[in-house]
Amino acid sequence: MDAPLDPRQPDPATVRVVLPYHLYTLAQCAAELVLAVPRPVTLTRVMDALEAAHPRLAGAVRDRTTGRRRPLVRFYACQDDLSNLPPDAPLPDAVASGSEPLVVVGAIAGG
Amino acid sequence: MSRIRVLVGTRKGAFILSADAARRDWQVAGPFFGGWEVFHMAGSPANPDRLYASQSSSWFGQVIQRSDDGGLTWNPVGNDFRYVGDPGTHLHYDGTPRPWEFKRVWHLEPSPTDADTVYAGVEDAALFRSTDGGASWHELPALREQQGAKWMPGAGGMCLHTILLDPANPQRLYVAISAAGAFRSDDGGASWRPINRGLHSQTIPDPEAEVGHCVHRIALHPARPETLFMQKHWDVMRSDDAGGTWHEVSGNLPSDFGFAMAVHAHEPDTVYVVPILSDSEHYPPEGKLRVYRSQNGGKDWDALTDGLPQAHCYVNILRDAMAVDTLPECGVYFGTTGGQVYVSADSGDHWQAIVRDLPAVLSVSVQTLP
Repeated sequence: MDAPLDPRQPDPATVRVVLPYHLYTLAQCAAELVLAVPRPVTLTRVMDALEAAHPRLAGAVRDRTTGRRRPLVRFYACQDDLSNLPPDAPLPDAVASGSEPLVVVGAIAGG
Repeated sequence: MSRIRVLVGTRKGAFILSADAARRDWQVAGPFFGGWEVFHMAGSPANPDRLYASQSSSWFGQVIQRSDDGGLTWNPVGNDFRYVGDPGTHLHYDGTPRPWEFKRVWHLEPSPTDADTVYAGVEDAALFRSTDGGASWHELPALREQQGAKWMPGAGGMCLHTILLDPANPQRLYVAISAAGAFRSDDGGASWRPINRGLHSQTIPDPEAEVGHCVHRIALHPARPETLFMQKHWDVMRSDDAGGTWHEVSGNLPSDFGFAMAVHAHEPDTVYVVPILSDSEHYPPEGKLRVYRSQNGGKDWDALTDGLPQAHCYVNILRDAMAVDTLPECGVYFGTTGGQVYVSADSGDHWQAIVRDLPAVLSVSVQTLP
């Protein structure tokens, strides 16, 4: 059973998220964001926090209907590709501690 | 003095071209949404400063943008397009069932009377409506009940690409889908019927099936809304009974394959098409870019070439990339996959390029401003 998703709970994690050009220009925000994310930090919770802070990104990283990562979006951190990590699996401690960012990448495809 | 605003959607962003009524000197603004595909932009007839744009990307999905100042500034509105209920499956290219899945908005059609009401034709094919300026979208699901399980994508995807709102009857709507055909509602979208009788398509198992035809475009004149013209995958067609039956009017066209089509603003029997060589060769016959105009409802067609390249031209003109203005001397506009946007300020007799080097043009729509 997941912990409550309320970021007002004590001691949320401070997670850094780096966005690609098209997403930070769409959201009209900085390329690197700092988000308060409930623990344990997972991809789902980071994306929930991202979309809550920047509603323009709803549907741009995750499919609005299925909630799944869009096929040409990738998640990198700590020099690993975390794209296929189960969405509710804990992210690396370095991401949860804010020492390493979670990098959202548009996959290299097309011309 | 009237002004013209041309809204151009391209593979890499949107552009707005504007000029006075002479239509000789043009200002070019853009790119807007640079790097994104803009399948379509449209202005509200009820409030010309209200514009809608469909911005999309294979990477980051669908965004609907809205401007309330004629395109100077834009803001994203709603992008939540959910089919009603379990949409089931349609046919894939190989004939196997494939779950319905929203991909993008191909066409936006604002209401003639309410700036906050706008229709969206989407891929996988369905019709949505917003009554709050694009903030929220609601499917009109009865359309998919018209044998939707038998619909199949055309080469560009299974898209609802044409929406016509009958100006004389607010309850009557027409849509066209590749590759399902044309459909009509007489009750504001609550129910639909296929209107494909008379179409003959060699590319489907039953050439005269009730649904499954690859209709590329339909068009009407507001003064005679029961007369429809259709550019099909092959064949140019005409109906005089609101789509009840169709007959071919390809006549002397050098090819009856094509995508774009428009009707003159003031002459209901004057129709424009741009013939394309074939379904396998999407460029003009003989490398000559020719608009064909019929001034008698499709009986005879004349090539319009003055100002258009007549050698080595191998561009395509996509289905939503032709439009007319409503000035007294009707202007005709079209965009090409080579990035040119052409205008004729005299109903097609003479043409000039407004721009030559845009990204591939997906759509052209025109506003005639007071």
